Amino acid sequence: MTLQLTGSWYLVLAAMIFAIGAVGLMVRRNPLVMFMCVELMLNAVNLTFVTFSRLLDDVGGQAVVFFVLVVAAAEVVVGLAIIVAIMRRRQGANADDVSLMRG
Amino acid sequence: MDAIWLIPALPVAGFLLLVVAGRKLGDPAAGWVATLAVAGSFVVSAAVFLHLLGLPAEERNVTVTLWQWLPAGSFQVSFGLFFDQLSGVMCLFITGIGALIHLYAVGYMKGDPHYSRFFVYLNLFVASMLLLVLGDNLLMTFLGWEGVGACSYLLISFWFTDPANASAGKKAFVTNRIGDLGFMLATFLLFVSLGTVNYTEINAAAPKLAGVTATAVALLFFLAATGKSAQLPLFVWLPDAMAGPTPVSALIHAATMVTSGVFLLTRLSGVMAEAGWANGLIAWVGVLTALVAAGAGVAQNDIKKVLAYSTVSQLGFMFLAVGTQNYVGAIFHMITHAFFKALLFLGAGAVIYSMAHEQDMRRYGNLRKYLPVTFVTMGIGWLAISGIPPFSGFWSKDEVLAGAFNAGPAGPVLWFLGITAAVLTAFYMTRLMIMTFFGGAEHWRTDAAESLPEGGADEDAELSVAGHDTGHGAHSDDAGHDHHHLTPDHTPREAPVTMLLPLVVLAGLAVVGGLMNLPFSHRLENLAIWIEPVLAGEHELPGAAVLWVLAILATAGAVLGVWFSYRVYQQHKVAPEKVEKPVLAHAWYIDETYAKVVGGPGEASFDAVAEFDQKVVDGAVNGVGSGTRWIGRALRPLQPGFVRSYALGVAVGSVLVLAFVVTRMSL
Repeated sequence: MTLQLTGSWYLVLAAMIFAIGAVGLMVRRNPLVMFMCVELMLNAVNLTFVTFSRLLDDVGGQAVVFFVLVVAAAEVVVGLAIIVAIMRRRQGANADDVSLMRG
Repeated sequence: MDAIWLIPALPVAGFLLLVVAGRKLGDPAAGWVATLAVAGSFVVSAAVFLHLLGLPAEERNVTVTLWQWLPAGSFQVSFGLFFDQLSGVMCLFITGIGALIHLYAVGYMKGDPHYSRFFVYLNLFVASMLLLVLGDNLLMTFLGWEGVGACSYLLISFWFTDPANASAGKKAFVTNRIGDLGFMLATFLLFVSLGTVNYTEINAAAPKLAGVTATAVALLFFLAATGKSAQLPLFVWLPDAMAGPTPVSALIHAATMVTSGVFLLTRLSGVMAEAGWANGLIAWVGVLTALVAAGAGVAQNDIKKVLAYSTVSQLGFMFLAVGTQNYVGAIFHMITHAFFKALLFLGAGAVIYSMAHEQDMRRYGNLRKYLPVTFVTMGIGWLAISGIPPFSGFWSKDEVLAGAFNAGPAGPVLWFLGITAAVLTAFYMTRLMIMTFFGGAEHWRTDAAESLPEGGADEDAELSVAGHDTGHGAHSDDAGHDHHHLTPDHTPREAPVTMLLPLVVLAGLAVVGGLMNLPFSHRLENLAIWIEPVLAGEHELPGAAVLWVLAILATAGAVLGVWFSYRVYQQHKVAPEKVEKPVLAHAWYIDETYAKVVGGPGEASFDAVAEFDQKVVDGAVNGVGSGTRWIGRALRPLQPGFVRSYALGVAVGSVLVLAFVVTRMSL
């Protein structure tokens, strides 16, 4: 039998990417890497949206992806600015060092 | 006739002018400004009064709404003035007597370092009193009610450097607050049950009140009146109020402010007519006050204290009249009393003035030779208050007592107690006159220590919170006010003409005051014809024959009192100690009992309340604070500051929500 590339493959792939991103976000301390993990999670979600858009034949899912991309771009701008500001103040970047908001 | 706003506005203007420029005007210009303000107010009152006189009875009122005071939804209270037969009469005698007393004070306060401040207070007092009587609703009256209370406090403790004066002021204020509570509660109750605080509307709607409500309202307003008008059990502040300058005693604590309780109950005669047994209680309290205070007056040696107890006693007569629904009698006696009591106080002030601020009657004697004008005018006041015909006091007191005689089955008892108080009145007033103006010996010439026998009365003078009119500020730098400047070679000299003129005018009024309301035929009852349209409640005077008998008995009683006093103090047939019992000198120990009760169990319970406040009330408040802090501390670990643990939290949370949704959907 031939391997049929059904929608569920895409969904599983998206879930795996999301899990990688989520775990990476929690275990890594480098802000840049954490950032990339966030991007992974976002794009996993995008992939899910596109898949369902195709499966359900509804263009709305693809439209949402554009919104997500725009928000992600904005978030990267702000987030990178923060990271650069932190890098200027201290050597090396460690998310756990930045814990001034401790209760 | 919209000009009635000028009646309170003129004293207010005088007050403001004196606040701003009083010091610059100084002595005596400030006094003249104040006098003119009140006199102007009198002229306006008289003009409006004459205008009303020309109108038919049912049109004799003017309402002027100056502005909306409290526009709160459907509850509207206007800053409105209401000039009708009752408030018109009140305005006339407040401003008339007020102007005379201002004039007197111009002379009396001469040389006082706080001369203008005195007239500031005096004008503010007159303005408040006029608002009290002119207000067209209970809140306006309450405004005036509190205003006169504050002015009374300020003026009693006018010479506040003496702690006795300061505490006398506080005593008056605190005692009055007890009564004010009754005023407020009664106002709330009327508003809840009738939805209005306007007098006209209240009196019109009063028959719709439930009997219990009307009784409660009447009793609460009577509580207010016992405070302001010095009735049992709250009269104790008035004798101490004599610490104020004498014009204040005459104006506030004899002629005007203390009558505001009588005015209030008369104004609300519609409610009182529905109040049932409250009226009987008022009559009894009134007559007992008259008796108790007259008894205390017998054994006082301070000339102003005698007059103070006499005022309490006469106010008791007015409440006897109110309680027997004899409002005409109450107002009649209020007016004649204002004439002769203001006269007596001002006369006493003239005596004190001439005797270097000595107030102890035991150091007077034979003053008629030195103070002829004061003697004659005070003599008229004495005859009026004792109830000797044809002086004014006879007519009004007789009307009150005759009304009481006819008031139900208890009437003759009330009448008998009243006539007893009247006999005592004649007795102690004669005693005052003899000790001051007669007696042969000029006691200030002998040494003070010799002439004053040791005894209960002396002790009283030391114990009392406010013994003396402490003299002018010129003397107040002196270490002790009790050391008067009365020396054996002192020659009493008549007071200046500004002080004598009011005495003469008031003496004239005290003579002819009875003409207002002569009982011989209804056509001569001018006051009754004038005022009755605004009164509710019924009372009937006895028939002419009974009236004659009562009048003759009353006159005989007065003569008896005078004669007995003459035997004791002029002929020395009876030792004064037999009459002046210590229990009388101490005013039945009422003050001492209050001091014991409030100082003993009272203070303990206040402490307990304070303890409760600290432990329970404050404890609860502080508990909320510290509880919040404790919870905050417990929750702090949730905010470690590590981004990754927040991310973990978000992830776990999402998983949980997801799990929840999935399981619910699969069910």
